[in-house]
Amino acid sequence: MTDSSGSKSMSIIVTKGSLDWAYPPFILSTTAAAMGLNVTLFFTFYGLSLLLKDLDLKMTPLGNPAMKMPMMGGHMGMPNFASMIPGVDAGATVMMQNMMKKKGVASIPELRALALESEVRMIACQMTMDLFEYTLDDMIPGIELGGAASYIEVATQSEINLFI
Amino acid sequence: MADQTLDAKGLNCPLPILKAKKALTAMPAGATLEILATDPGAVKDFAAFCRTTGHELVEQSVDGNVYRFVLKRKA
Repeated sequence: MTDSSGSKSMSIIVTKGSLDWAYPPFILSTTAAAMGLNVTLFFTFYGLSLLLKDLDLKMTPLGNPAMKMPMMGGHMGMPNFASMIPGVDAGATVMMQNMMKKKGVASIPELRALALESEVRMIACQMTMDLFEYTLDDMIPGIELGGAASYIEVATQSEINLFI
Repeated sequence: MADQTLDAKGLNCPLPILKAKKALTAMPAGATLEILATDPGAVKDFAAFCRTTGHELVEQSVDGNVYRFVLKRKA
């Protein structure tokens, strides 16, 4: 929606809540807001966990053959069965976090705070909140609840609509 | 000489852009902001940022692995 100030709009449906998949929506929304766009994020299913007060983001190499970490001068993937070994997912998560810190990549709590600060509108899907038995008390302040129609209204008024 | 300098060295996408935007917002129209960055992606990104927002990219240079941009806040 090009509003009265001439600003364009972007919406993103956020469906994934792992450490790696948390990045695209928060990077794009903060950047779009910095470039003057009105941004709305609609969190549904596993994306809801990105709104929790206590973020505990994890990732897994399971079912992700493209996840190859830089190691000993090369890149190494991990066979699926490795994820069943206790500690492997936790190790992969710590490894990714360390790599990100070393490379100057912002953390998700930092990006989420920047998104709120830049007035990115965050809508939590009411149906999946009920489904997973979350309440607004579990979530960070400043978010709203809404359903599919709330999202569609935003989408019809936005130049950019993404699904992540 | 720019009015203000932002050291974004060591920061990766999208932090240099986000910090630059924050600094520009607090500056008066026409003021200049110098940004130092080591993210090679910043070269294309600051150009795109300026084209979209209307801030002017008045200078750009590179010294070793440090990229320098000077942005002029739009009116």
